[in-house]
Amino acid sequence: MQLFHCPFCGTRDETEFHFGGEAGNIRPDGADVPADRWANYLYMRDNPKGAVREVWVHMNCGEFFVMERDSVGHEVVSSTSLDGAGHAR
Amino acid sequence: MTATRLSSGGSSIDRSRPVSFSFDGRKLQGFEGDTIASALLASDVAVVGRSFKYHRPRGIWGAGVEEPNALVDVGGSVARTPNTRATTELVLDGMIAKSVNASPNAAVDRNAFIDRFSRFIPAAFYYKTFMWPDWHLFEPRIRAVAGLGEVDARWQSPAAAADQINRHCDVLVVGAGPAGLAAAKLAASAGQSVILVDDQHEPGGSLNHRTGEIDGRPATAWAAETIGALSATGHTVLPSTTAFGIYDHNLVGLNQRHGDGRPDTLWRVRPRRIVLATGAIERPLPFANNDLPGIMSADAALVYLRRFAVLVGRRVVVATNNDSAYEVARALAEAGADVTLVDSRKDGTPAVPEGVSLTAGRRVAAARGKMRVEGAVLDEGTLLDADCLVVSGGWTPTIHLFCQARGKLAWSEAQAAFLPGDPVEGMAVAGAAAGAVSLSGVFESAAKAMPGATAAPRSTGVEATGGILAAWPIPDARGRVWIDYQNDVTAKDVELAARENFISVEHLKRYTTLGMATDQGKTSNLVGLALMGAVTGRTVPEVGTTTYRPPFTPVPLASFAGARGGELMSPVRRLPLENVHRARGAVFQEYGGWLRPAHYGGADADADCAIQDEAGRARQSVALFDGSTLGKIEVMGPKAAEFVDFIYYNTMSTLKPGRCRYGFMLSENGVVFDDGILVRLDEYRFVVSCSSSHVASVHARLEEWRQDRFGRDAVYVHNATSEMATLTVSGPNAKKLLATLGLGLSLDDADLPHMAMAEGMFATDPVRVARVSFTGDRSYEVSIRADRAEPLWARMHEAGMAFDAVTIGLEALMILRAEKGYIVIGKDTDGTTLPHDLGVDGPRAKRKGEYVGRRSLFTDVAMPGNRQQLVGLAVARGEEPLATGANAISREGGKLRSQGFVTSSYHSPTMGRPIALGLIERGAARHGEAVDIQHLGMVRRATITGPCAFDPSGERLNA
Repeated sequence: MQLFHCPFCGTRDETEFHFGGEAGNIRPDGADVPADRWANYLYMRDNPKGAVREVWVHMNCGEFFVMERDSVGHEVVSSTSLDGAGHAR
Repeated sequence: MTATRLSSGGSSIDRSRPVSFSFDGRKLQGFEGDTIASALLASDVAVVGRSFKYHRPRGIWGAGVEEPNALVDVGGSVARTPNTRATTELVLDGMIAKSVNASPNAAVDRNAFIDRFSRFIPAAFYYKTFMWPDWHLFEPRIRAVAGLGEVDARWQSPAAAADQINRHCDVLVVGAGPAGLAAAKLAASAGQSVILVDDQHEPGGSLNHRTGEIDGRPATAWAAETIGALSATGHTVLPSTTAFGIYDHNLVGLNQRHGDGRPDTLWRVRPRRIVLATGAIERPLPFANNDLPGIMSADAALVYLRRFAVLVGRRVVVATNNDSAYEVARALAEAGADVTLVDSRKDGTPAVPEGVSLTAGRRVAAARGKMRVEGAVLDEGTLLDADCLVVSGGWTPTIHLFCQARGKLAWSEAQAAFLPGDPVEGMAVAGAAAGAVSLSGVFESAAKAMPGATAAPRSTGVEATGGILAAWPIPDARGRVWIDYQNDVTAKDVELAARENFISVEHLKRYTTLGMATDQGKTSNLVGLALMGAVTGRTVPEVGTTTYRPPFTPVPLASFAGARGGELMSPVRRLPLENVHRARGAVFQEYGGWLRPAHYGGADADADCAIQDEAGRARQSVALFDGSTLGKIEVMGPKAAEFVDFIYYNTMSTLKPGRCRYGFMLSENGVVFDDGILVRLDEYRFVVSCSSSHVASVHARLEEWRQDRFGRDAVYVHNATSEMATLTVSGPNAKKLLATLGLGLSLDDADLPHMAMAEGMFATDPVRVARVSFTGDRSYEVSIRADRAEPLWARMHEAGMAFDAVTIGLEALMILRAEKGYIVIGKDTDGTTLPHDLGVDGPRAKRKGEYVGRRSLFTDVAMPGNRQQLVGLAVARGEEPLATGANAISREGGKLRSQGFVTSSYHSPTMGRPIALGLIERGAARHGEAVDIQHLGMVRRATITGPCAFDPSGERLNA
């Protein structure tokens, strides 16, 4: 079981967290967004091997944050609160 | 062999406490402290089981967790457990042990004839033979004949659940032999908290049976002293506990056996540092018939002699390729056995112990005997008479946990073993697991494992030496040479795999089953891959090892489950008024995680009557309903209005304070995710009343958009669902009933019209009254502090007597809402339903601002065309209701196809006929059309109608 770091609560067991998607998947606004761009936003994921930036939520406190980690070695590099400007998704 | 219990000695047994047990129906005696294996040996039981495939007789090989042969199903005075290792399980008074894969018993097995056909059933025989016409035709019979222990089908989980313990510590030491004890002692004296675990009942490892002297004291005394000191100073020492797995970020799983009938305990330990002092496992030697009962690990023979006072034979041949068996030969000779030592090395052998005759430079080529060993044939042809053959093929360091933690191995040609390679962070390997042989070497590696520690113990006695000459199986050898005892894999099977190009170790394992099953090849893996190397012209490291995965030894599923069974498996949420409902005869069911009254009174057969009665009476006067599970998520802050506009499909910012609006929430793919009422309390404060089962997911969505898009300062979201109870009064007399409660607010329709909210007081508690309806009748939802709901509910019932009020459960409410065509998301919709499929196209057509899911409503598939739309489905009065889930079918070109399905279906007591909702292709434009509904092969006719069957003009909302 991995240990993740919540920016509010500190280091906790993986089971307290929920995956929120790859970070940096910026939402395009508007009814006239090109269909392929909208489809990319909805469905296409990079799923990289190695260094990843992901949105996670600590379910106990409700904090969403961006975590940088390694998808191979499972090292957790950093945890940062969201800036509220829609940069995470 | 003729094994006997000596009249004295045995450090592990208590001769003053005899125990009786049975094995295969035979009554036997042992002493407290005996393992099942040592007690069987003491009674000279040679055959303890039958092999997996060929039903060969098998005896006890080892004395620890690596045991491949001596598996027994135990019961009697302990919980029935299959495939218990006789070498680790203590024998208890009244225990009933049974051999595995043998009928009627291990000594006389009616399937023993299979061995005579062994040459026709080599590895992969099943794959090649039973594939046509269908493996499943043969499977039951084969499974009945091949296998190990039996699961008891009548088994019931014990009353007490397995305990699970979470612990943090500075240092976790795995293995309490010399290396582990030294490391634990060093860590403790450096002020660190220590957990020390050992898979044996008696910690001490090799110190319990090998000769040694530490800091001037006998090794056993030093071990006892060290363990005592650790316990006395508050450290945790866990015997009979196996560290079975290392998981991410160095979480270590321990399984603790209690040996007294209690379920095992699972420990999850997060140490800062792990010291693996897991020792090494002795390998068999490859020769023909090397699986006969009476052929035993040399180290195990020493364990049985010194700890259990069991002499394993009178005429013993000790076959070895390394120094470690010399102490065994000496000890057996001293105990009175005739001992012949056969060492495959010509030169460099240690001094021959007194009373032992040595044959150097020779190997055992074959064992003689049928049910037990009777002699050993040397490679030059000499036959040695023997009743026991103890062998040592060298030592395999137990590096399983190191490899589980992604440690890489390094091959040592000198030691003929894989040793731990580059260190893994937060982990050290010490002692025999790291290749140390002498006690000095062991303590040196323990000191290295605890950097900064001082004053490691010193070995002051005679030191063990580690000379070895590898003795791997030779390709094309004569006879049947067993590689894997547990899975009946012989050298010929490995050679067959090589011929058929299954030369990768992982393929070898799967093709031959080498290294599978409960022992996972602890004694056999290295031997097998060395043979594969020899056959394919590769070195051992070139062949490599299979992947090491948890668990190291089998762990009962009950340990992993712990207390998470029964109603704790997925705990239900409970209403604050549950007991009050029970007192009124409510029958409870789970709905979306909540335990709610389905109906009141009317158990089982009468349930339908009770539900019909409730739904019918609800329309006549007034109904009371506990709606406390409805979501109450508060959204507040300077940008609250902007926020709800974005969250909802419908424009919400135009809502006036004190008013309510019904709306949809969509997912980003446009699908309707939830529906419900939004209440505006004031300019900056809303209450999201979402579906009962969606509260957690709606709350999570609100938080996500709040934190990511709007910012923490713009909005605040608070889930107040469980803080308030919501009690609903519905029906033509709802207003009159409510008026008697004295809530201190005007119920005048001008002041509190449909879709409005007002605040009042019940006694000293504030209440919120929302005039919204899920029944189609005039309804008031009264919300009050959850802990003050009971007097209000009681007062409502008191007042209700004058109006013949009925208390309704969720089933009646479902009928009432379906009569009105009100939907339940996830029941009347599926994962493709868009808002305009439900007839709500306004926002899609008119809204300018951004909202969740907006762009998805304008994709090609979202365009109205052949989409399934919400409709009502009518059948004739007197017919049975349609089956929920039944398909509306059509025939096109002779082919049957579904054009939608029934989503909700009930009998309406008020209308006296069945009603139904469904999703039907282009349904909105097909009202009046007849459609075929198929269910379980029966086809019925139904008429497509509008969703609302009852009071379509909505007059009753204000009646």
